[in-house]
Amino acid sequence: MNWLDIGALADIPAQGARVVKTAHGCVAVFRTADDRVFAMDDRCPHKGGPLSEGIVHGTQVTCPLHNWVFDLTTGLAQGADAGGVATHPARVEGGRILLDAALLARRAAA
Amino acid sequence: MSQRLVVIGAGMASGRVLEHLFEDAPGAFEVTLFNGEARGNYNRIMLSPVLSGEKSYAQIVTHDDAWYAAHNVDCRFGEPVVKIDRERRIVYSNAGGVPYDKLLIATGSAPFIIPVPGHKLPGVVTYRDLDDTNAMIAAARPGARAVVIGGGLLGLEAAAGLALRGMEVVVIHLMGHPMERQLDPAAGYLLQKALEAKGITIHCKGATKAILGTDRAEAVLLEDGTVYGADIVVMAVGIRPETRLANDAHLEVGRGIVVTDQMVTSDPDILAVGECVEHDKQLFGLVAPLYDQARVVAATLLANPAAFRPVQTATKLKVTGCDLFSAGDFADAPDREDIVFRDPARGVYKRLVLKDNRLIGAVLYGDTADGQWFFGLIKDATDITDMRETLIFGPAYQGGASVNPMAAVAALPPEAEICGCNGVCKGKIVTAISSGAVTLDAVRALTKASSSCGSCTGLVEQVMAVTLGDAFAKSAAQPMCKCCDHTHEDVRRLIRSKALKSIPAVMQELGWKTAGGCHSCRPALNYYLLADWPLEYRDDRQSRFVNERNHANIQKDGTYSVVPRMWGGLTTPNELRAIADAADKYNVPMVKVTGGQRIDLLGVRKEDLPAMWADLNEAGMVSGHAYSKGLRTVKTCVGTEFCRFGTQDSTGLGVKLEKHLWGSWTPHKVKMGVSGCPRNCAEATCKDVGVICVDSGYQISVAGAAGMEVKETEFLAATASEAECIAIITAFVQLYRESARYLDRPWKWVAKVGLDWVKTQVVDDLATRAALVERFEVSQSVYRKDPWAEHAKPSERPNWGMLADLTLEAAE
Ligand code: SRM
Ligand SMILES: Cc1cc2nc3c(=O)[nH]c(=O)nc-3n(C[C@H](O)[C@H](O)[C@H](O)COP(=O)(O)OP(=O)(O)OC[C@H]3O[C@@H](n4cnc5c(N)ncnc54)[C@H](O)[C@@H]3O)c2cc1C
Ligand code: SF4
Ligand code: FES
Repeated sequence: MNWLDIGALADIPAQGARVVKTAHGCVAVFRTADDRVFAMDDRCPHKGGPLSEGIVHGTQVTCPLHNWVFDLTTGLAQGADAGGVATHPARVEGGRILLDAALLARRAAA
Repeated sequence: MSQRLVVIGAGMASGRVLEHLFEDAPGAFEVTLFNGEARGNYNRIMLSPVLSGEKSYAQIVTHDDAWYAAHNVDCRFGEPVVKIDRERRIVYSNAGGVPYDKLLIATGSAPFIIPVPGHKLPGVVTYRDLDDTNAMIAAARPGARAVVIGGGLLGLEAAAGLALRGMEVVVIHLMGHPMERQLDPAAGYLLQKALEAKGITIHCKGATKAILGTDRAEAVLLEDGTVYGADIVVMAVGIRPETRLANDAHLEVGRGIVVTDQMVTSDPDILAVGECVEHDKQLFGLVAPLYDQARVVAATLLANPAAFRPVQTATKLKVTGCDLFSAGDFADAPDREDIVFRDPARGVYKRLVLKDNRLIGAVLYGDTADGQWFFGLIKDATDITDMRETLIFGPAYQGGASVNPMAAVAALPPEAEICGCNGVCKGKIVTAISSGAVTLDAVRALTKASSSCGSCTGLVEQVMAVTLGDAFAKSAAQPMCKCCDHTHEDVRRLIRSKALKSIPAVMQELGWKTAGGCHSCRPALNYYLLADWPLEYRDDRQSRFVNERNHANIQKDGTYSVVPRMWGGLTTPNELRAIADAADKYNVPMVKVTGGQRIDLLGVRKEDLPAMWADLNEAGMVSGHAYSKGLRTVKTCVGTEFCRFGTQDSTGLGVKLEKHLWGSWTPHKVKMGVSGCPRNCAEATCKDVGVICVDSGYQISVAGAAGMEVKETEFLAATASEAECIAIITAFVQLYRESARYLDRPWKWVAKVGLDWVKTQVVDDLATRAALVERFEVSQSVYRKDPWAEHAKPSERPNWGMLADLTLEAAE
């Protein structure tokens, strides 16, 4: 995999998220309380809520608009809600956040 | 014929290499050993017991003069190497050159020093070798003060050692809890508590700004303005591989000296080992992997095949009385699950991290007996599917016939203490149950178990469930959320009675079942803590709903609305101009007058918020908190100022109330209205608090509603004095802040506690009223300030934009 340095871990608050703009749309990069990072599309499948603004708890995030809960590791909605969000490989190395460079690729023209 | 081996650095890694070499092939190498320190190899990890006085230096020496002599090692201690000449294969110290056939670099790490002003003052030391340790011991007079910068493993060991020598110790740590790289917040909280019990102060989220002093270090100044006096300052903020020699010699160096699986550098005759190396992009800071490297180095030197493969490492803190263990990987891989166990009574916390039915990480605090067993499961990547339910209870509960999660409670002996407050053991509870106590209340009445602080309620219920089986019906009270067994009311009570002052503290002491809570409990806990401990607790932004975190209301398309305060509904041409200018400048798609007598700018982009706030601040406006569980608006009518029916200055009173109460956080939002006469043009009688002005003064009524529920206010008090009117309303708000459950509007809360009780507290009992008003003021000393102004600071603005824009990179 080709990794891309997108910023310092310290740029994201613990239990928070920041947004990265990519050719595939906005991607939310989450940081958990124990400094793991996860990336997934910043669009709730319910009504498009910005997941990056949700409350992060454990490895889950709650959508800020209507409280759907998503697992950061799988992107799947929890509980009774059905659906999911695309996740993207991300990791931390030496205090830097690395994101899968595949996100750079332009969406294939329709 | 023996070859000439030169070794740079007599540390733990190279010491192990030499042992293997002399054992496997005595006489194969003629060794010259340089060391920067004026001594040979000792067990560096035992410096902490030397510092604390529990061991002497002599006890931690691993290779003495006799050992070096027996193996013919040419020892050059206290003689640092200054240059490697690869072309001619000579290593130089200031005393001259020594030729080599093979060279081993084992220079370890250098402590990292934050270059703040004053870092070079005498009295500032690092913690790496015996000289540092002796410098600390020399400074450690009982009663003297030490500041340790860095709350990681090294810093805490230094702090504990100095405290044992009688010093007053403060640890400054940048992150939210100590040892954040090895511990999650819950275990970090327990560790912090244990260290504080040893008299060590731990200042988290503290950034060092400068070390103060003229001839030597005298104090440490933090960014937040705190100053700690210091007779000695220990910097223990991290290490970086000592690669200077390798760099100068043009070997391949990344963060460390790059080596192959055979531990060979980019020069085939030069090997490297220990903390100075980088293998497969990874650095190493614990001895276990270094010992594996040492074995490979010896094999490579003897031309035997071998390859270094890093394995998992485990950490233990060597501080007497702080039992903690952390192993495996807590970083950066998806698909993980947690199993959490807490026993608040014993201060035990255990967390296991699973992936694909395998254990990959473990954090244990308070009871680390099973650490090695978990570590074994991690290293062996054992499939734990079959023992998953009881895994957290350790090896004692595996492999038996019945796999029952209740087994742990069932297995407790009768003398095991369940209720710490009242000293009630399991046997006594079982006896009470057998004699007919089948409800929690009955058990409480008979045994006093869980009747004081209540934190063992869950355990008592488990004992009842084990004893009664299906006959046990759990208490009906709704717990706060699925993360815990306590009601909101219990949690509020316990936060006060147990003096819990952080979210991890609450979660640990009250037995939270999840690692980080959920979106329902975290905002509630954050509110309860800041309401009860306004001066000590620091608001946790990440535990707030988006609107309160971003100080604006999120809209359905992800933009925000901005509502500046208009005190009592009053505005000025200048304010209106500033609002109009802001609407133009930031392309605001909709400007609307709200139902709360002010103006809403809707559709603002998140990254524009700080700049817009700065513009509004410039014109003298502050946040209207239209997003908060806090004071929203005080709606007023024109009153005596202009109206021919007005009886009092209702506008003026509304402005006073709003200026007095703004910024305070409340369990739910609070809206007020002040009307100048009973015609009630300010709709005061359907607000949370309403005032109707009459000839004789002010009639205060409370607990109205005009949202999903519509309800008229109820009469609370009448007074002739405007000052008393404000005092009563302030006391009412503070009582609401202190006793309502999160997300109950005042009308709901009053219905639960009863208006009569509220009246006695805020109207009749003058002393209670005064105390409530005073506590409100204490809280307002922190919270009566404009959050916009803080976030609009230039230094804060980048945090409001994107982290990165990859579409630009793609275009390049
Ligand atoms: C802007 C405004 C409507 C307007 O255009 O006038 C408004 C807009 C919203 N109201 Fe309201 N309420 C507004 C006055 C009211 C009023 C009338 C009043 O304040 O005099 C009420 C009835 C009184 C009351 O508070 O109960 C009102 C009862 C509600 C409720 C129901 C509360 C309840 O306990 O039943 C909610 C939902 C909630 O808070 O949970 C709500 C929630 C909301 C939210 C925050 C919904 C949301 O979560 O996104 C809306 C945010 C829009 C935004 O971005 O600004 N709004 N809302 C008014 C702002 C007043 C202000 O200046 O601060
Ligand atoms: C206080 C303390 C507590 C620790 N506790 C633990 C623990 O509990 N568990 C654990 O696993 N690890 C612990 N460690 C870490 C462990 O000590 C190191 O990982 C280990 O010592 C590294 O071994 P090394 O041989 O690479 O380097 P070192 O042991 O540091 O040896 C390097 C040597 O090289 C010398 N040197 C450097 N440059 C030159 C030069 N140019 N010329 C000549 N000589 C030079 C240095 O003077 C030093 O003596 C602790 C460390 C400290 C300081
Ligand atoms: S009544 Fe309030 S919450 Fe409902 S749509 Fe209008 S502004 Fe939004
Ligand atoms: S948009 Fe996310 S829950 Fe509705």
